[in-house]
Amino acid sequence: MTAVVESAPYTVEEVCEHFDPVMGLEVHVELNTATKMFCGCANAFGAEPNTNVCPVCLGLPGSLPRLNGAAVESAIRIGLALNCRVRERSGFARKNYFYPDMPKNFQISQYEDPIVFDGYLDVPLDDGTTWRVEIERAHMEEDTGKSLHVGGATGRIHGADYSLLDYNRSGVPLIEIVTRPIIGAGVRAPEVARAYVTALRDVLRGLGVSDVRMDQGSMRCDANVSLMPKGTSTFGTRTETKNVNSLRSVERAVRYEMGRHAGVLLSGGAIRQETRHFDEQSGTTSPGRPKETFADYRFFPEPDLPPLEPSADWVESLRAGLPERPWERRARVQTEWGLSDEELRDLVNADALDLVADTVDAGAPPEAARSWWVSYLAQQANTAGVALTELAITPAQVARVVAMVAEGTLTNKLARQVVDGVLAGEGEPDEVVAGRGLAVVSDESALTAAVDEALAAQPAVAEKIKAGKTKAAGAIVGAVMKATRGQADAARVQELVLERCR
Amino acid sequence: MSDTQRSGAGASGEELLSLDATELARRLHAREVSSVEVTRAHLERIEAVDGDGGGDGVHAFLHVDADGALAAAEVADRAIADGGPVSPLAGVPIAVKDNMTTTDMPTTCGSRILDGWRPPYDATVVGRLRAAGLVPLGKTNLDEFAMGSSTENSAFGPSRNPWDLTRIPGGSGGGSSAAVAAGEAPLALGSDTGGSIRQPGAVTGTVGVKPTYGTVSRFGLVAFSSSLDQIGPCGRSVLDAALLHEVIAGHDPRDQTSVDAPVPPVVEAALAGARGDLAGVRVGVVSEFAGEGYQPGVSAAFTDAVRVLGELGADVVEVSCPSFSYALPAYYLIAPSEASSNLARFDAMRYGLRVGDDGSRSTDDVMSLTREAGFGAEVKRRIMIGTHALSAGSYDALYGKAQKARTLIVRDFTAAFETCDVLVSPTTPTTAFRIGERIDDPLAMYLADLCTIPSNLAGNAAISVPCGTSADDGLPVGLQVMAPALADDRAYRVAAAYETARGESTGPRIPELRALEGSR
Ligand SMILES: [Zn+2]
Repeated sequence: MTAVVESAPYTVEEVCEHFDPVMGLEVHVELNTATKMFCGCANAFGAEPNTNVCPVCLGLPGSLPRLNGAAVESAIRIGLALNCRVRERSGFARKNYFYPDMPKNFQISQYEDPIVFDGYLDVPLDDGTTWRVEIERAHMEEDTGKSLHVGGATGRIHGADYSLLDYNRSGVPLIEIVTRPIIGAGVRAPEVARAYVTALRDVLRGLGVSDVRMDQGSMRCDANVSLMPKGTSTFGTRTETKNVNSLRSVERAVRYEMGRHAGVLLSGGAIRQETRHFDEQSGTTSPGRPKETFADYRFFPEPDLPPLEPSADWVESLRAGLPERPWERRARVQTEWGLSDEELRDLVNADALDLVADTVDAGAPPEAARSWWVSYLAQQANTAGVALTELAITPAQVARVVAMVAEGTLTNKLARQVVDGVLAGEGEPDEVVAGRGLAVVSDESALTAAVDEALAAQPAVAEKIKAGKTKAAGAIVGAVMKATRGQADAARVQELVLERCR
Repeated sequence: MSDTQRSGAGASGEELLSLDATELARRLHAREVSSVEVTRAHLERIEAVDGDGGGDGVHAFLHVDADGALAAAEVADRAIADGGPVSPLAGVPIAVKDNMTTTDMPTTCGSRILDGWRPPYDATVVGRLRAAGLVPLGKTNLDEFAMGSSTENSAFGPSRNPWDLTRIPGGSGGGSSAAVAAGEAPLALGSDTGGSIRQPGAVTGTVGVKPTYGTVSRFGLVAFSSSLDQIGPCGRSVLDAALLHEVIAGHDPRDQTSVDAPVPPVVEAALAGARGDLAGVRVGVVSEFAGEGYQPGVSAAFTDAVRVLGELGADVVEVSCPSFSYALPAYYLIAPSEASSNLARFDAMRYGLRVGDDGSRSTDDVMSLTREAGFGAEVKRRIMIGTHALSAGSYDALYGKAQKARTLIVRDFTAAFETCDVLVSPTTPTTAFRIGERIDDPLAMYLADLCTIPSNLAGNAAISVPCGTSADDGLPVGLQVMAPALADDRAYRVAAAYETARGESTGPRIPELRALEGSR
C-alpha cells in the first residue's frame, strides 16, 4: 500500500495566526455491564452474530424495555467522577429515525434531561500543566446493531450487493459524554483533544465501568471542529469527524480539520456543515454521505419507561465509593514508592501502574512489584503477543510469589518458574510449587543444612550411621521430611544423610 | 350443522353456549360437564356462525386453533379430576384479541404487514390465561393495530354485530365483543386505548372493562399508544369480567409501567354489588356527556339507568368536567404520535411482509414499498398525523399542547372524585351504526369514543355494562361507570348492582343469527 503523506494546507501554527479553533468532543462509551441496557441478554463483544438477542433487543412487536440498574449506577458514577451534577428526575426519550441496524427504528436515549450534567475534567497536558475541559452533559442511550455491507468497493451501504445484520450489540448500554465548546487552546487544540480523551479513558478505566477499547469500539470519539477569525467570538461552521479510532487519531483528526478549514476559509470558500470520516492511513478526512434532508428525530418522552429518580442517599454512597483519579493516584504512588519521573513514565507507558499498585495493595513491596511487572512479566506478555493486563496472572498471585521469595521459600530463579506455571494455567503459586516440586528444599545447600541440623540434634543416631548401621538413617530422613513439611525428595535426603556421615 | 353432531352429555351444546362463565365454571368444577364438551360446543358454534369474513357471518375470529383448544381442555379436565387446586376459571374457553402475542397462533394485529409472523413468546396475559387453565379458542378480529371504532379497518374484513349483521360490532375490539355476544366464547380479552373494549361492549350488549392503567401487563401487547393501551376483560356479566380481571391483573417486572400494588378486589366488589345496595355511594353524572350528538334512545336508556342507581340508594349528583371537551383532540394527537414511533419497527427487515426485494432496490425502497402495501389507510393517516405532531416545528403546538390538555383532564377527574365515588355516562353516543356508514368520515367515526377517551388519558378505571336497548332501533346501549385509578372495585360494584337490578328484561343475551341462518 502506498504511504500517503499526511498533509493539510496549513499547519496549526499558521491556522492560529488567523483563527481561534473551537472544539467539541462527543465520546460514546459502551458500559461493561453483565447484561444489556433493557433486557437480560449478555453484553459481550465478539460472540457469534445474533446469539445474544431476545424479543426485547430485537424490538419484536409487543416487547417492552426494562431498565438495567447497573447501567444507571455506572452513568451516575461517571458523572460524579466528571464533577457533574446528578439530575433528581430525568427520563428517557425516543430518537426516531429509520436504519436497518436499529430494530425498533427508534433509539431509546435521553434528550432534554440527561442524568448528569454541568461538570468538568482537569486534563493533564504533556508539559505538566492542566487544562480544564467543561462537560455539558453525559446521557444514557442504547447502542444499535451492526451492518456488514457485502460487495461493492467501499464497504459502505452504497454500492453493496447485500447487507448482513448482527444485533448482538443492539441494546448495549452507552454513555455519551459531551463537552462544552473548548475555546482558547490555540495551537494546543489537537493536544488538548488527545489529552482529554486520554484522561477520560483513564478515569473510566479507573471506575471499571467500561473496557474503553477504542480499537474494539467500546470507546468512540466524534470531534467537532470550527474556526473563528481571531478577535471575534462568533463560532464558524463546524464539521463533525467520525471514525476516530485511537488516541493519536484524535489529535491528528483535529489538526487536519483545523488546517483544512483554514485552507477553505482563507481562499474565500465556506465550510459546509457535514459529517466527515477520518482515514487512519492518510490522516485525512473525507465527507460522509450528505444528508438529503434535515434530520428531525422527533424526540418525545419514552412512554414505556417511568422517570428516573435516583435517591440522594444512593448518589452520595456512589460518590463516597469513587476511586482516586488516575493522575492523583500517579502523583501519590510516585512519592510513596520513590519513583523518578522516568520510572513513573515507564510504568504508565507499559500500562503497568494499576497492576503494580494492586500488587502492592496485595502486600508486595513496591520495588519488587514494579520489577516483576516491568521486566519478567513484560517480557512474557511481549512473547505471547498480549497486553500486560491480559496476562493470566493476577496482582495477588504476583504478590504471593514475592512473599515466598522474601520468606526464603523460593529463590528468584524458582520464582520465575512458579510464575511460568501460573501463566500456564497450573493453578495458584502454592499449587505450582507443590506440583512442580519447586520449593527451596529441593535446593541442595538448603537440604544439606537441614540434614546437618537433624544429625546434630540426634548425635547418637549419627554415630550409629557413621558406624555403618545405614538402616538408622531412616530416623534422620524422617526428621528432615518433617522439617521441610514433606516437600523434600526422600531418596535424595537418604543419599545426603549417608554422604554427610561418611 | 345437525343436532346429532352436537356434543354435551348433561347439557345440550346450545345450552352450554348460553351460560355465563361463572355458571360454566361452577359446572366444570362440579364435574357436571367437561371442558372438552364446553370447548367443543364453542368450536362448533364458531364453525356455525363465524363465516370467513367474505360472507355474512359474525367474523369475530381471524384464527381458530381447534386442536390446541381441545388439548388445553383435556389438560384442564385432568387437573379438575385430580382434585388439586385449580383456578376458578379453569376449563373455561376464551377468545384473545389478535394484538397479543401467542406462540401457538399467528399474531396479525389485523394487518397485512405482519404476514407470516409467528411470535416466539407469549404475552404475559396469555401466559396467565394458560397458567389458570383457561382454554384459548383463537384470535379475534380488530381494526388494524387497534386503530378504529368498527373493525372496518381490519385488513381481513369487518366483524359483524350479532344483533344485526349489517352493523358494526364496535372497535377496535369488535371481534372479541362480537364473539362473546354471539355465544362463540364466554369470555374474551380486549385492549382499550380510547374505548376499544368498552365501546364494542356497549354496542354488542356485553360487559367490557378498561382496568386502571398499569394494572394489567402490556408485555406482549403489540403497542398502539403505549401510554394509553390497557388490556382488559370482556364477558356477558360483570362477575364474569371480574373473575377474568383477577386472572390477568398483577405486577409484571417485564413491564416497567406495571403497577406494583395489590389487585383491587373486583370479584368481591361484583358479588357485593349484586346484592343490590348502593346506599351512600356518590354517583356523578358527567354533564358534558349529553345533548347534541347523543341518540335520543341512548339518552333515554342512560337516564333510566341513572334513575335505577338512585333507587338502589346511590346519591346521584351532576358534575361538570369542562376539560373533557379537549379529550378527543388531545387523544388524536397523543395516540398517533406514539403510534408513529411504535409502528416504525415494521420495516420488512426482520419479520412479516417484505415487498419489492428483487435485488434491484435499496433498503429504503423496500421499507417504503412494504409499508405502502402493508398498512391500511387509517394506520397511514395516524402515522402521518403523529409524525407531524412530533416534528420540530409542530411539537409544542400539537403534541406539547395535547399533553397539557391531558393534565387538565386528570385535574377534572381528581376534582370530580373528591365529591363522587364513581362517574357515569353513556359508553358511546349512539348504538351500532351500519357497516360503511362512517368509513369515509373519520371525524364521525372518532366521535364513537367521545365518552371513553378521558379515562384512557387519565389512566383510571372504567367499565361498560349493558343498559337495555334504544327505543329508536332496538339495539344495545352501554352504561359507563368510571372510578379513580386503583379503585376498579368501585366501578365493578356499581355496575354489578345495576346489572342485577335491570335483570334480563331486554331480550336474549345471545341474539339469533337470522341473517346468517337464512344464507345457509
Ligand atoms: Zn435481549
